[in-house]
Amino acid sequence: MDISAPSLLVRPARTRSGSRRTRALRGVVSPIAFVLLWQIGSTTGAIPAAKLAAPTAILAAFWSLVLSGDLWNDLVVSVGRVAVGFAIGVSLGVALALVVGLWEPGDFIFDPPLQMLRTLPYLGMTPLMILWFGIGEAPKIALVAFASMFPVYLTLLGGIRAVDPKLLEAGRAFGLGRAETIREVVLPGALAPALVGLRYALGAAWLSLVVGEQINADRGIGYLIMDARDFLRTDIIVVGLLLYAMLGLATDGLVRLIEARALAWRPKILGAAA
Amino acid sequence: MRARGLCVAFGENSVLRDLDLDIAPSEFVALLGRSGSGKTTLLRVLAGLQPESSGSLVVPQPRSVVFQEPRLLPWKRIVENVALGLRGGTARAQATAALREVGLEHRLDAWPATLSGGEAQRAGLARALVRNPHFLLLDEPFASVDALTRLRMYDLVIDLWRFHRPSVLLVTHDVDEALLLADRVLVLEGGRIASHIPVGLARPRDPARPRYAELRRDILSLLGVPLPTAPDFDAQDALAAPYPFATGVSA
Repeated sequence: MDISAPSLLVRPARTRSGSRRTRALRGVVSPIAFVLLWQIGSTTGAIPAAKLAAPTAILAAFWSLVLSGDLWNDLVVSVGRVAVGFAIGVSLGVALALVVGLWEPGDFIFDPPLQMLRTLPYLGMTPLMILWFGIGEAPKIALVAFASMFPVYLTLLGGIRAVDPKLLEAGRAFGLGRAETIREVVLPGALAPALVGLRYALGAAWLSLVVGEQINADRGIGYLIMDARDFLRTDIIVVGLLLYAMLGLATDGLVRLIEARALAWRPKILGAAA
Repeated sequence: MRARGLCVAFGENSVLRDLDLDIAPSEFVALLGRSGSGKTTLLRVLAGLQPESSGSLVVPQPRSVVFQEPRLLPWKRIVENVALGLRGGTARAQATAALREVGLEHRLDAWPATLSGGEAQRAGLARALVRNPHFLLLDEPFASVDALTRLRMYDLVIDLWRFHRPSVLLVTHDVDEALLLADRVLVLEGGRIASHIPVGLARPRDPARPRYAELRRDILSLLGVPLPTAPDFDAQDALAAPYPFATGVSA
């Protein structure tokens, strides 16, 4: 590795607080204690199962759902909804940001209405989505798409506008045409903020899926949760919530992986790789 | 390169007024001027980055620029930065050759963020040279480089200039830089070339030579920084006296 790169990385010093490993171990002590207390509370009856199931009951529910295949089916449905909605939303967001950022009339044609739409609380649009798209897959996908479009639009547009004019001028001095300038200078420069927007968009996508699936769903994790509510199965509700959390975490990790590869030129990431 | 009656104005504010300038093929010219004198504007007009308001201008092609900050695209490896805008399948080979010339052949695939200031500026030089310019514009390219690296960069620039023989316009505010490098020093003032000073010293140049010191003094006074004349012995004695104001005794 280059000697100038690691200087950018502030390495955590090994002080009295111990090595990285012991500190990591220390970090899990209180969560484990918390789960233990929870278990004790449930076993002694201090926490009624109708309010919150015991950790062991949640594990058992999870396992039976795995064995029955229900969990897998609902998971596939939910992931599918997010994947389709997110793809539509991100494509729209990218396309609109490019039009507004690179085509001058686009700025006053599309940006004002988009800024107005952006301020709408998108989860509040659920009733409208149902009226427009019925109660099938469409309103859920539309909600996810609507939610994930704006973060990408805003961050990519901001990135395009923030590209260093000195680099644009250098591109001009070395004979880049308009298309080349966009490809070599503008878009790579806007990629970092756009990827942050992508992460925000994923968060918004999962959130709107949760809301969308609690209305008239007959499949998916949201359905699993709503169905469990009718039977007071708090263990299954918690399993559903944990599934949402893990899916959100996993997809966020995926974008961070893309970030680390696509933004390898950034000094911070170079330092972290060293 | 030839400019006649060149004018550049930003609204009411005219920066270059009726400027005439000729640079001969393979001539190395340094342009000095106080800040705000229009040095950078002139360079940008000659680089084609800004239109002139009026006047006639003939600039030999191809031309290229080395900027004050290296302006490397941070997301492209060094060799790709140098090859930027080159057409044809040999772009990478040409860029590699140019980087070898500036002594960066070991950094071809490095990211710009990992280069030192001097390395980045050498990459900027390679990016300009790879276009085989007949006219090379240098916009204070050594301003952000440390003093020792700067001296080595001077040698490199002179070597490259001798080998490729482009006309060079170096914009700088450093009188010594101008005197160490250029055939001719121009002073820009009030939007026009106020003085032409042929340097006429053999390279490599020695700042200790009396002729060099004389030129330096002349140029500095043209720039409005007159050096004090060498103090005579009495004055030197007075300066050397300990605590001249401490007591009445030393006087």
